[in-house]
Amino acid sequence: MKEVSSAIQLIPLDNYIMLSVALFSIGLMGVLFRRNIIVVLMCLELMFNSVNLLITAFSAYHSDPSGQVFVFFIMIVAAAEVAVGLSIVVMMKRNVESVDINLLNRLRW
Amino acid sequence: MVEQVPYINFAWLVPALPLLGFLITGLAYKRLKHNQAGIIASTMVVLSFLVSAALFFVLQSSGKDSATVTLFNWIVIGNMNIPFALLIDHLSLTMMLIITGVGALIHIYSIGYMHGDDRVNSFFAQMNLFTFSMLLLVMGANYLVLFIGWEGVGLCSYLLIGFWFKNPAFNYAARKAFVMNRIGDLGFILGIILLFLTFKSVTFSEVFSHAAKLQPGAPVITLITLFLLIGAVGKSAQIPLFTWLPDAMAGPTPVSALIHAATMVTAGIYMIARSSILYNLAPITLNVIIVIGLATALLAAIIGLKQNDIKKVLAYSTVSQLGYMFIALGLGAYSTAVFHVTTHAFFKALLFLGAGSVIHAMGGEQDIRKMGGLRKKMPYTYFTFLAGTLAISGIPPFSGFFSKDLILAKAYEHNILIYILALGGALITCFYMFRLLYLVFSGEQRLPGVHPHESPRVMTIPLVILSILAVFGGFLNIPSLLGGDSKFTTFLQCAVISKVPEEISRYTEIALIVISLILLIRVIIFVYWRYVKKALIPAGETETKPFFSRLVYNKFYIDEIYIALFEKHFGYLSDFFFHKIENTVLDPVVDEIGAATSRFGTMVRRLQPGNMSFYLFAMVAGILLFIVFILII
Repeated sequence: MKEVSSAIQLIPLDNYIMLSVALFSIGLMGVLFRRNIIVVLMCLELMFNSVNLLITAFSAYHSDPSGQVFVFFIMIVAAAEVAVGLSIVVMMKRNVESVDINLLNRLRW
Repeated sequence: MVEQVPYINFAWLVPALPLLGFLITGLAYKRLKHNQAGIIASTMVVLSFLVSAALFFVLQSSGKDSATVTLFNWIVIGNMNIPFALLIDHLSLTMMLIITGVGALIHIYSIGYMHGDDRVNSFFAQMNLFTFSMLLLVMGANYLVLFIGWEGVGLCSYLLIGFWFKNPAFNYAARKAFVMNRIGDLGFILGIILLFLTFKSVTFSEVFSHAAKLQPGAPVITLITLFLLIGAVGKSAQIPLFTWLPDAMAGPTPVSALIHAATMVTAGIYMIARSSILYNLAPITLNVIIVIGLATALLAAIIGLKQNDIKKVLAYSTVSQLGYMFIALGLGAYSTAVFHVTTHAFFKALLFLGAGSVIHAMGGEQDIRKMGGLRKKMPYTYFTFLAGTLAISGIPPFSGFFSKDLILAKAYEHNILIYILALGGALITCFYMFRLLYLVFSGEQRLPGVHPHESPRVMTIPLVILSILAVFGGFLNIPSLLGGDSKFTTFLQCAVISKVPEEISRYTEIALIVISLILLIRVIIFVYWRYVKKALIPAGETETKPFFSRLVYNKFYIDEIYIALFEKHFGYLSDFFFHKIENTVLDPVVDEIGAATSRFGTMVRRLQPGNMSFYLFAMVAGILLFIVFILII
C-alpha cells in the first residue's frame, strides 16, 4: 500500500486533475452530441471513471484509503446502471430496429 | 378500589356478540346463503341474552347494587378523562334483558318473515348493528357512551325504515325519522355539554353525586334537564316531534316491532330514568314532561281511532303508550315508567309481530278494511293477538293492567285531572285496539282472491312466547294491594331514585281499579256491538265524512302544518343554496380552478418534447448553471 501510494505521488496532482477534466469533458460532449445510445452509455461510463480516477488520486495524496473504498462502491453502482441501460438498449433494438436516441420519443404525450 | 363483582368483566360480551354478528353478516353478505345470515344473527342475540341473564344472577348473588366495567381509557385530554366504561346495575340489566330477550325472539321471527327477500343478509346485519348500539346505549357508564349508542340506533333506524329503498315514499319516511331525531339530538348534545361545563364530568356516578349537592330547582339543572328532555322527546316520539314514528312503519314489520315499539323509542325514557336524580331536582321540567306525555297520549290515541292501516294503528298506540311512560316519568315514578317499558315491550312486540303475521298471510295487504275473518284461518296469530290486545287495554290479569294501573294510581295521587285524562286515553286505547282486533279477525273475509294461511312455525313460536310474557309479565310487579310485594319496583329502587309518593288508601285504589274495569268492559261491549254485531266497516278514502272524523282521519293535519311551517321554508332555503350559491358561485369557481390547471399543463408540456438529446442538454446546462451559481456566491 505504501509503495502504491508513493508511486502515485510521483506524478504531480495537477496532471491527474487535468486528465480527469479532459476525460470528463470528452464524456460530456459524447453524451450531448452523439445519437447512438450505446455510445452515449459508454460516454457516461467515461465520465464516471474520470471521477473515480480523481477520487483515487486525491485519496492517495491524502493517505486516506476511504476514498478508494468509495470508488469501489461507485463501480458497483455503475455496473448495475449499465445492466439496466443495456437491457433498455436491447429492448429498444427489438422494438424499433434502431439505436438512435431520438427515436425514444414515442411515449411523449 | 372497590371490590369487583366476580365474572362481571364478561359484560363486554353482551354488546360484542351482536357486533360480531354484524361484522360476519355485514362483511360476508354476498357469500352467505339465504338462511345463514338469519341464523348467525339470531344466535348472537340469543347468546347475548344468555350472558345478560348470567350477569343478572352474578350481580344478584354478589349482593351489590351496581358494577362498572372499564374497557379502556377513551378520551384523555388534560385532566378530563372519559373512560369507555359499561355500567351494570338493575336498570341497565332490566333494559339489557328486554333488548336481548325480545330482540332474540324478533330476530328468529324475522327468519320466517324476511324469507325470500333479496337483501335479507343486509337486513340481519343491520338488525345486529342495531342491537349492538342499543345495548351500548343502556350499558354506557357515562353520557358519551350513551350518546354513541343513541346515534347508532338512530342510524340503524334510518337504514331499516328505508330498507326497501326502491320506494321513494319509504325513503322519505326514513329521512323524516332521521331529521326529527337529529333535532332531538341537538338538544341532547347541548344538554351533555352543559352537564360537562357544570359538573366537569359526564360519568353518571360523578354527575349524580355532584348534583345531589345542588339546590332543588336550580336554573342550571332545569336547563340541563330540559335539553336532555328535547333529546328524549325526539327519540321517544312525543309532541312535537312524534310524526316520524307513524311514518317509520314503512320498514319491515319486525323492524317496527324491535325498533319502533320495544326498544329504541324507549331510549328516551331510559335516559330520563337514568338521570332521575337530575330530574328530581327540576320540578319545572317534571311538569313539562307530564304535559307533553299527557298531550301525546291523548292526541295519538285519538288519531289511532280512525286509522285503517294495521301498522299505523299500532304505531299511534305506541306513541300513546310512550306518552303514558312520560306521564309516569313526570310524576317522578321512574320505576313505574320502566315497568311500563317492560310490559309494553312484551305486548307491543307481540302485537307488531302478530300484525306482521297477518300482513304476511294477506300477501302484503295492510288495510284493515279489506281483512276480516282471519280467526279461523290463523288461530295462533288470533289468540296471541288477542292476548296482546287484552294486555294493552289493561284488562286484569294481563301485564298491561299492572303497569297502566300503577301509572293511573300515581296520576290520581298527583292530580285528579291528570287521572281523568289518562283514564280517558286508556279507554280510547281499548276502543281502537278492539276495533282493530274485530275488523281483522271477525266476520267474513272482505278481500277476494287472497287465501290467508297460518304463518310458519319459526314465526308462530316467538308469538307464543311473547304472548306468554305479555300475559304473565305483570306478575313481576304485583302491588301490595293484591298481596304482592312490588318486586320490580323494589328491584329498581337502587338504580332510579323515585320521588317519595304520598300513600293513597287501599279503598281508593280498589275504587280506581273497579272504575277503570267497568269503563273498559263497557267500551269493549260497545266496540263488539259496533264492529261485530252491526259489522260496520270504516268509510273508504273517497267518502265524505263529518268534520271531526275527517280531522282525526287526517291526523289533525299535523304533517301538513309541519310541511307548511318548516319543510317548505327549508325547501326554499336549500333551493336558494342550490341554484344561487352552488350553481352560480361555487361550481364556476371550482370548475375554473380545474380549467386553469389544465391550461397551465398544456403550456408546460411543451417543455417535454420527448427528445432525449434535449433532456440531456437541459440537464447538463442546469448542472453548469448550478455550479456557476455556487461559484459566484
